[in-house]
Amino acid sequence: MIGKKKIWVQALIVVLLIIGAVWAGFPVVWMILNSFKPNAEIFAWPPVWISESFSFHAYKEIFTNPEQVRFFMNSYLITGVVVILTLLIGILASYAFSRFDFAGKNVINTIIVSVQAVPPITLLIPYLSLVVTIKLYNTYWALILTYMVFTLPYAVLMTTGYFNTLPRELDEAVMIDGGSRLRALWNVLVPTSIPGLVSVGMYTFMQAYNEYLFALALTKTNDMRTVPVGINLLMGQHAYEWNQMMAMSVLGSLPILLLFLFFQKYFIAGMTAGSVKN
Amino acid sequence: MAKINTSVRPVKMKRNTCRRLITPYIYLLPTIVLMLVLLIIPIIMVIRYSFYDNVIINKNPVFVGLENYTKVLTDTAFHVAVKNTLFFVFVSIIAHFLIGMVFAMLLNTRYLGNAVKGIFRVVYALPWMFTASVIAISWRVMLNPNGVLNYLLMNSHLIGEKLEWLSSRDFALITVTVINIWSGYPFYMISILAGLQGISTDLYEASALDGANAVQTFFRITIPQLKPILISLLMLDFVWTLQQFALIWMTTGGGPINATETISTYIYKQGFSKYQYSMASTGATILLVVCTVIGIFYVRQQKARD
Repeated sequence: MIGKKKIWVQALIVVLLIIGAVWAGFPVVWMILNSFKPNAEIFAWPPVWISESFSFHAYKEIFTNPEQVRFFMNSYLITGVVVILTLLIGILASYAFSRFDFAGKNVINTIIVSVQAVPPITLLIPYLSLVVTIKLYNTYWALILTYMVFTLPYAVLMTTGYFNTLPRELDEAVMIDGGSRLRALWNVLVPTSIPGLVSVGMYTFMQAYNEYLFALALTKTNDMRTVPVGINLLMGQHAYEWNQMMAMSVLGSLPILLLFLFFQKYFIAGMTAGSVKN
Repeated sequence: MAKINTSVRPVKMKRNTCRRLITPYIYLLPTIVLMLVLLIIPIIMVIRYSFYDNVIINKNPVFVGLENYTKVLTDTAFHVAVKNTLFFVFVSIIAHFLIGMVFAMLLNTRYLGNAVKGIFRVVYALPWMFTASVIAISWRVMLNPNGVLNYLLMNSHLIGEKLEWLSSRDFALITVTVINIWSGYPFYMISILAGLQGISTDLYEASALDGANAVQTFFRITIPQLKPILISLLMLDFVWTLQQFALIWMTTGGGPINATETISTYIYKQGFSKYQYSMASTGATILLVVCTVIGIFYVRQQKARD
């Protein structure tokens, strides 16, 4: 009786696993297959699964089009600067939160936690007017600075949590030897927290790389567009180049896919820190 | 070290305490400046805008009191947006939770080997790794009337004719919600999985000794143990889904007509298509108030857990 029940449970699990895999994976597989087809076959009826004229044509088109290569350069540049600045400023702030008691600590902490609830679209209209006023409209800095409002709070919360797990004796030892606070932070706390900082960096990368709303509204010319906005620009300029859009989607998703595959543990730790605590 | 200083030289002590008082603020300075200039001031600006007429376009806007609020709150387009948003948010959240829970339990079952679990964990987490525009485009290709989904459904005789998933007023909102469900459940799955792995096996053993069946164990041990994670997830997701813009904007743009108009597409259109920045600011302020209320609960809950 028990053995029979077990078989039923196992069968149910296998069925659910397969349904789940189709649901999760099919849109991705279809996107990848489409990126290798000629444009005319994308909506063929019946659908073409693997094209007879399978080619990297769409990818080549993207790599040889300077305008589209620029989308990638913009995305990497903006995301790179956001990650570096977020980590730097975040580490400094986390050090203050972790090692000092000071007036206003609670207020600043509450503001930082509550950023998660502020809708980006609420800030968009004042940002537009601020960015135009200080002449940053349609520049990298407009995006870098506004992205940091959303990446920094998370970095501070996570890094503070990490620093709190390290004993104070660790940095005090450096200071007794005559080292400055900055040296204690830089030479002892930061190297010890590398795993946490990697998670923070990846989460920041993902947030900045995927951002769409600000990139759409705070830049104007094509040479300032990022990948998420650029993919959509392929639509409706002349004709719909679906296969190129698919190829660009694949290329645009690669960095995060690779980060996930190779650093799964850090990646997951970064993404779930807001909801899961140990 | 501070102690030695205090006993020997009172003057230096005074300077030291002073420095100690200032030091944390120096470390916090960049954060404080950024949050002040790009968070606090903009929030004050947007609230102020909502009480003025024709901001940004007009150099000297006129104070109009609550007029913008009356306009927005009596606008039938806004009512439709609120209704659509509520449907979108509640259906998304419930489905996210159910799918996330089932997948997490599947990946945590003792019937599967670690290698199999590892592969399926990556497959199930896939939707998480794509940005909204990639998700929007891939689904648009699949859902095209001549697309693969219609073909598969017609071939298995589930539908009789090609359906316009995204451009029919009857289906568009449901379709957009399904796309959002696809893109959002992995966050639940991964978080719940982390939570499940944190539950002590002693609890399950004790429950087995008491003769509890799987269902009883699930409701008496698993759910109560996961409760803090689930509450955080639901609140975060509520706020995120409420302000979802990119996915809707790139699949339907709020259309056809206003079938998928949500509060965020309404705000965006008021501002960036109609240049009614006052109206947009008013909508944005209303959205902010709703999110703040949920945010307060979230912060309280986080503090209670610390």
